[in-house]
Amino acid sequence: MKRLALAALLLALAAPVLAADEVRLVIENHRFSPDRVEVPAGRKVKLVVENRDATPEEFESHSLKREKVIPGKSTAVISIGPLKAGEYKFFGEFHEKTAQGVVVAR
Amino acid sequence: MLGTALIVFREVLEAALIIGIVAAATRGIAGRWPRLLAGVGLGLAGSCAVAFGAEAISGLADGMGQELFNAGVLFTAVAMLAWHNLWMARHGRELAASARAVGQDVREGRREMGVLAIVVALAVLREGSETVLFLYGVSLGGRASAGTMLAGGAVGLAGGVLVGWLLYAGLLRIPLQWFFRATSALVLLLAAGMAAQGARFLIQADLLPQLASPAWDTSAFVSDDSAIGTLLHGLVGYEAQPAGMQVVFFALVAVGLAAGMAWTARRDRTVAAA
Repeated sequence: MKRLALAALLLALAAPVLAADEVRLVIENHRFSPDRVEVPAGRKVKLVVENRDATPEEFESHSLKREKVIPGKSTAVISIGPLKAGEYKFFGEFHEKTAQGVVVAR
Repeated sequence: MLGTALIVFREVLEAALIIGIVAAATRGIAGRWPRLLAGVGLGLAGSCAVAFGAEAISGLADGMGQELFNAGVLFTAVAMLAWHNLWMARHGRELAASARAVGQDVREGRREMGVLAIVVALAVLREGSETVLFLYGVSLGGRASAGTMLAGGAVGLAGGVLVGWLLYAGLLRIPLQWFFRATSALVLLLAAGMAAQGARFLIQADLLPQLASPAWDTSAFVSDDSAIGTLLHGLVGYEAQPAGMQVVFFALVAVGLAAGMAWTARRDRTVAAA
């Protein structure tokens, strides 16, 4: 029982770390949500981007140096970093007016 | 409509710059126009195929199919451009000597043109597939009528082609004795820039480390989305905040190819003298 509690405690401690290394984003109505994503600096992070729109979108960021087409109704994984602390803008190239977001590394 | 035109313009521009340079660099080579046109046609057909299969491509290689595909397209183009410049190091003087030259050896000229037709096809393929996907999205969105979309697409296309043609026409004004040296230099920078972009996709696929990132930041002087930044990106792969690995790829291709060209030219001169 004690061991189980210890394991649970370790898991609870580890969970935020694991969660932080993978961030989920959704594209809906040509907007990112959340449109502000916090990630740890100095580590690789995976952005899991689900496009719920029927239309394709291109995830693009000059400062993150990433571009990836995400077909409609599909999910893409974009690995970013390790990043220095700071703000990194990204946008959907096909709907630049609405699809805007920022990755904050700290 | 303006938004559509702008995006189509940006995509077409990159391909048009490449075609402008290739068209100029192949001046005087027999049978270049049919082959350049064939390259464009092949690229357009490929664009539709790639756009249609975008989801399938994305799913390959554990979701990294798109990155590998883009890197593959870019590095193939780099190899073809390098091949062209080495060929030019050997034949540039002949071509410059006889302005009307139909490319002395017609058969060799044809093979050379075949290689460059592939470069054109790859350039159209890469930018074209994104354009097709984008226009497909616009048509699904239902906000714009088909007519508006086509008009926007046509305006963007015309704008991109115009810039490519201006580059081509401008290059043709270079006096013949410097002409092929100038186009070879442009092709060399184009190849190096493509290698840097290819490296970026391999970094994105987690196959290469980014090294120092960014290696530098010139976004305060020439930002990526400024007109000059866009133009430089198309010509030499300019990025305001490149990763160290991209700089390494650019330098390796630029220096390696320049050395190869110098060596080829010198060897030919020695053979001719003997």
